[in-house]
Amino acid sequence: MGFLRLGAREWNGRARGIRSMSEPVTPDSSRKKRTLLQFLSDYFHDIHALREYLLRKQILKGNRKNRSFADIQEKYGPYVTGALFILKQGGAVKYDSCHERMFQNKEWIRPNEHGHFPTEFLEFRKVPVEAVDASGCAINYQGMSNLPVPLKELRFLSLQRCPNVDDWCLSRLYLLADSLQELSLAGCPQVSERGLACLHHLQSLRRLDISDLPAVSHPGLTQILVEEMLPHCEVLGTDWAQGLKLEPDQQPQNTPAVSP
Amino acid sequence: MFRKVLRIGLDSGLSNRGLRTRRGGFTLDWDAKVSEFKKKIECILPGKQWEEPYDTSHLPPKQSDVVIVGGGILGLSVAFWLKKLENRRGAIRVLVVEQDHTFCVCFSQYSRASSTGPSVGGIWQQFSVPENVQLSLFSINFLRNINEYLAVVDAPLVDLRFNPSGCLLLASEKDAATLENNVKMQRQEGAKVCLMSPEQLQNKFPWINTEGVALASYGMEDEGWFDAWSLLQGLRRKVQSMGVLLYQGEVTSFITSSSQMQTPSGEQVVLRRINKVHVKMDKSLEYQPVECAAVINAAGPWSGQIAELAGIGKGLPGTLQGTKLPVEPRKRYVHLWHCPQGPGLETPLVADISGVYFRREGLGSNYLGGYSPTEEEEPDPTNLEVDHDFFQNKVWPHLVQRVPSFKTLKVQRAWAGYYDYNTFDQNGVVGPHPLVVNMYFATGFSGRGLQHAPGIGRAVAEMVLDGQFNTIDMSPFLFTRFYLGEKLQEYNIL
Repeated sequence: MGFLRLGAREWNGRARGIRSMSEPVTPDSSRKKRTLLQFLSDYFHDIHALREYLLRKQILKGNRKNRSFADIQEKYGPYVTGALFILKQGGAVKYDSCHERMFQNKEWIRPNEHGHFPTEFLEFRKVPVEAVDASGCAINYQGMSNLPVPLKELRFLSLQRCPNVDDWCLSRLYLLADSLQELSLAGCPQVSERGLACLHHLQSLRRLDISDLPAVSHPGLTQILVEEMLPHCEVLGTDWAQGLKLEPDQQPQNTPAVSP
Repeated sequence: MFRKVLRIGLDSGLSNRGLRTRRGGFTLDWDAKVSEFKKKIECILPGKQWEEPYDTSHLPPKQSDVVIVGGGILGLSVAFWLKKLENRRGAIRVLVVEQDHTFCVCFSQYSRASSTGPSVGGIWQQFSVPENVQLSLFSINFLRNINEYLAVVDAPLVDLRFNPSGCLLLASEKDAATLENNVKMQRQEGAKVCLMSPEQLQNKFPWINTEGVALASYGMEDEGWFDAWSLLQGLRRKVQSMGVLLYQGEVTSFITSSSQMQTPSGEQVVLRRINKVHVKMDKSLEYQPVECAAVINAAGPWSGQIAELAGIGKGLPGTLQGTKLPVEPRKRYVHLWHCPQGPGLETPLVADISGVYFRREGLGSNYLGGYSPTEEEEPDPTNLEVDHDFFQNKVWPHLVQRVPSFKTLKVQRAWAGYYDYNTFDQNGVVGPHPLVVNMYFATGFSGRGLQHAPGIGRAVAEMVLDGQFNTIDMSPFLFTRFYLGEKLQEYNIL
């Protein structure tokens, strides 16, 4: 049931389309049909209380996944904590390649389809984590404290398609100002231009991917403003001509040729 | 002397002011109730003329445990926390009385507009009083997890449109030492603020003219601005779902009873208790006397008038009875201007040495800003008309001096709103009154009420339910400081 509910959220796709979380599943139920539970809760206080309880439990479940790993941090050190957190969420980590002699393969460490991952990295307490790929993970603001705070030398961070990453999470990234060189936020449904404004702290950033952000109201304008804000950074985004209207006499093939 | 009285008033309150209500019990005025009942029975009996009982469904209820005067952000926050912290589901009945439910800025004479709607919506932790910093930190936590706190089944999520762009405070040579001390205190409390020298400032924000700036403090995280209106609507929806009654009306009088008490040293003091609140309906002469156990004064700029209705301040000046609530309405303007060459997307909420502040608004090179005038320049608070010369003469010169690219700005709109200005020390009043024992204040925050509302609401709810402050200790904000003359001065007021 759990993954079906997640599916409904992704289908809705719009930033504000994350509807009431205790509804059972169909993509249309939020708009057209009322479910039995909704109907009953209008008449009975008990059902209403039950629905409120289910809603609260849903929220708490999200929080549990992002709990703080402080005790692990004391025992194993910051880099292992960060790596463990990401791997548990389903992401991947890559270690600093100059220490590769400790490693047989210099590739990404990823959990396999059963969620198991190799535990050799637990030995490497002093080795800084270089790259984190957290695409699709349920990481939220709480979880972000486990990420930039311990991992000080992170160079590459990918937060593509993370459903819970929002503007608040982006405001935590200033801690990586010295080291972060590549950041990808493509496809995050809750990131808006307000969160992008606080990326100005990341002055070492060289590549930024902000394509396909449904919550950004004017993608072309936002991209121009972000490019102005981060002059040394290459910003990959939508075609800036998107949103400009074609003149009536122009053919559809003659879309402006200047595109990044 | 009266200091002992104050301690008595608070101490005895701690034990018997814990408001765990029990339903039922005897009410006063038993004979009147019996005769009313007899009249109703007589109507129904056969043979008598059938007179329909008067329909009072549009009036507030006859009884409510807590009546909150004022339904803006502070009043709703207190209502929310009262219902959240109650022991049993449905234990406390809360009624919120608000004059103007539309919360729009009405350009009429004697306009009674709420201050939440027109506000700029900033939140920052850069204060000089530690309790203010703690309140801000709690508020930002509340706003971050807004959808956990204000989740209502089947309702859309609250979108605060928070801009985490930070807040930049500039200080001149003479204030630099104070700023540094404040920042040290803020960092101790947990705020993420850093100090910047003029060179660093010029590097980071090239559009600033750092002339006259000796030091600047910049909030890296947890500061910015948000949409006050959506917070208000979200709170309204949530408190209504929790069972709080919201009524549109005006509080015209309080019915109080008084009793003589004696301090341990033998002095006589008169303690008053509010028994009923007369709520007058909008645009009619009907009123409903609501019996209540506690009254919360969250009326914002009009709190002073509400306090006078309860008899606070009626006495010889210099005595505790004669100490008025020093909150009055002060008009403040907010201007919206457009400047295509202005600062970019990274602009924080900038507060200049001169008192001018501004922030970006949206993506289209629009900026919002204002200025806190000195005592002599205070605009007339009887109406909400905007004085456009004010911007020309007072705001624009300072703006251009700080940000030269603002020379070509063009003002698009301006509006005005009221601050619930505390003339004593510009900091809020929270907690019970020592003599009128069941009136609690949550007002007087002089422009910071919006950003501190969650923390203040919780503090007042704890005071009402438990008799003491459990989480943030707001005892420096009690009413008694007006009588004792202890000012709680806040260094920077926006």
